[in-house]
Amino acid sequence: MIDQILQFLLTGVTVGATYALVALGFAIIYNASDVVNFAQGEFVMMGAMSAIALTAGDGLPMWLSLPLAVLITIGIGLLLQRFAIAPARGASVVTTIIITIGASIFLRGVALLLWGKDIFALPSFSGEQPIHIGQATLLPQNLWVMGGAGVMVLGVHWFFNHTTPGKAILACSCNRTAAQLVGINVGMMMLIAYGLSAFLGAMAGILVTPITFTSYDAGVMLGLKGFSAAILGGMGNPMGAVAGGLLLGLIESLAAGLISSGYKDAIGFIILLLVLFFRPSGLFGRTSAERV
Amino acid sequence: MKRLGGFWLLTALVVLLPIIFPDNYYVTVVAVAAGLHAILAVGLNLLMGYAGQISLGHAAFFGIGAYTSAILTTRFGWSPWPAMAAGLGLTGIIAFLMARPILRLKGHYLAMATLGLGIIVHIILVQAEELTGGPDGLGGIPDLSIFGWQVNSDLRWYFVIGTTMLLVVWLALNVIASRSGRALRALHGSEVAAEMMGVNTAATKTGVFVLAAIIASLAGSLFSHQQTFISPDSFSFFFSIELVTMVVLGGMASTYGAVFGAIVLTFLPELLVVFEDYEVMIFGAILMLMMIFLPQGLFVGLQELLARSWRKKALIATDAQGGKHDAA
Repeated sequence: MIDQILQFLLTGVTVGATYALVALGFAIIYNASDVVNFAQGEFVMMGAMSAIALTAGDGLPMWLSLPLAVLITIGIGLLLQRFAIAPARGASVVTTIIITIGASIFLRGVALLLWGKDIFALPSFSGEQPIHIGQATLLPQNLWVMGGAGVMVLGVHWFFNHTTPGKAILACSCNRTAAQLVGINVGMMMLIAYGLSAFLGAMAGILVTPITFTSYDAGVMLGLKGFSAAILGGMGNPMGAVAGGLLLGLIESLAAGLISSGYKDAIGFIILLLVLFFRPSGLFGRTSAERV
Repeated sequence: MKRLGGFWLLTALVVLLPIIFPDNYYVTVVAVAAGLHAILAVGLNLLMGYAGQISLGHAAFFGIGAYTSAILTTRFGWSPWPAMAAGLGLTGIIAFLMARPILRLKGHYLAMATLGLGIIVHIILVQAEELTGGPDGLGGIPDLSIFGWQVNSDLRWYFVIGTTMLLVVWLALNVIASRSGRALRALHGSEVAAEMMGVNTAATKTGVFVLAAIIASLAGSLFSHQQTFISPDSFSFFFSIELVTMVVLGGMASTYGAVFGAIVLTFLPELLVVFEDYEVMIFGAILMLMMIFLPQGLFVGLQELLARSWRKKALIATDAQGGKHDAA
């Protein structure tokens, strides 16, 4: 039993690390521009898919194709901000939600056109030899996911607290006009935020695809999970989003193992609803919701 | 009378369409789907457009209505009407119980909670196989009959759904013009101010949430008898999003806008079929472009555009008259 639970925990942390990266992307865009980006999951899919397309057959070697795939996804993020989000500035919450949903359908359509409905995999980075911890097993790729996510989360934390562009983005999210008045190029900061968010999505996709595989519509559920994780942690708090992602991954993995694999997503959402009912602004968010 | 002018126009359209184009696929099949979508969108618009409460899980109530009707008629031998009533009751109770904790939330948290509710219901529909038939769906749902009149052809369904849609539109127009409608719009403007004026915001929000859910449940029951076969795919997250899009596309806080959005979004994929592989991509692009350039919605946007050009013409006309006057 203990070994089984250990196994669930290891799986949960791996899945949770992916959710955490997607949630972090959500939180960054939300903080910078007040937009819930429903195309976040498509960044993950696009990163993974373009990496696969570039390495397929006699394509490029991994060390070249992976960075290229990340660059392509960042490009998509920048285009999204420049041509879909920026022109609609000042629109209502619902309008921006529909714009990003439109973008996510568009990107899915592009992927469907380019790669069809097949399921693709990426080779593992360092072999498939399982590592044993007691009775539980772990693939080397799981370590890549956990380690990669950890490094990126620390990197983002450092970026927002110790670099000028990071602090400038935070300033924009506090007060756009004031940020502009002190000479911050708000437009540029928005581009950086979307680029960073796309980067995190692409990295999540590339790291996890050797384990979970991917297809043109793989981004939908990941996007929803990322959004749930970000809400669970408290939307305004990037590190809360990371914690929310890990927590959601663990809950799902334990629910799948101990209760029912068919209902694991439902259990995740039920816990999310309960959290919202009792702490309307998430676990680590500031309390701001009103009581009815 | 003036308030209902658009309503009579809509009625005339519903009656005349099948007379002008009998046996037309777009009238007897696509328009029936559009009518169902319009019922859903008009209900959702009461909640979103007027009360300002976003819901990304409205397909859940549509699904609960559809499955209650389907399960009670096929597995328990109920006749369609009591089954439909049971669906409305069940949806009403669930919506009432969920309303308070959910509507306490604001903005993105409200969006997430309603989205979660929708996904939970969808998962239950897929997983509770012994009751719902699981992902394979549930078939053999009987026809509806109204005082012995069997609703068993496309054209008859067209009239049943057309009539129901008109009734729902009429109901919505009246709700909005009533005292509770003013309360709704007041709390959309400012909840605090509405409360200060003596509006019981909690009760008003709960009421409109339940009403929108019951309307969706009604549409679900009709859908299930019309299709005679249903599967969870029709009640997924995507359908909730489609409904929200209909409301926003038409223009929030406009009942006719919601009808218009439902019609556009039902016909658009039919028209895009000619693009084959490009269909999904073009659909996404159209959605983005419309929201970027007409964020107030197609119907409302066009209305404003027309009003502006009329005003201009009227202005020019009066100017010309004024000119003559001076000359005289």
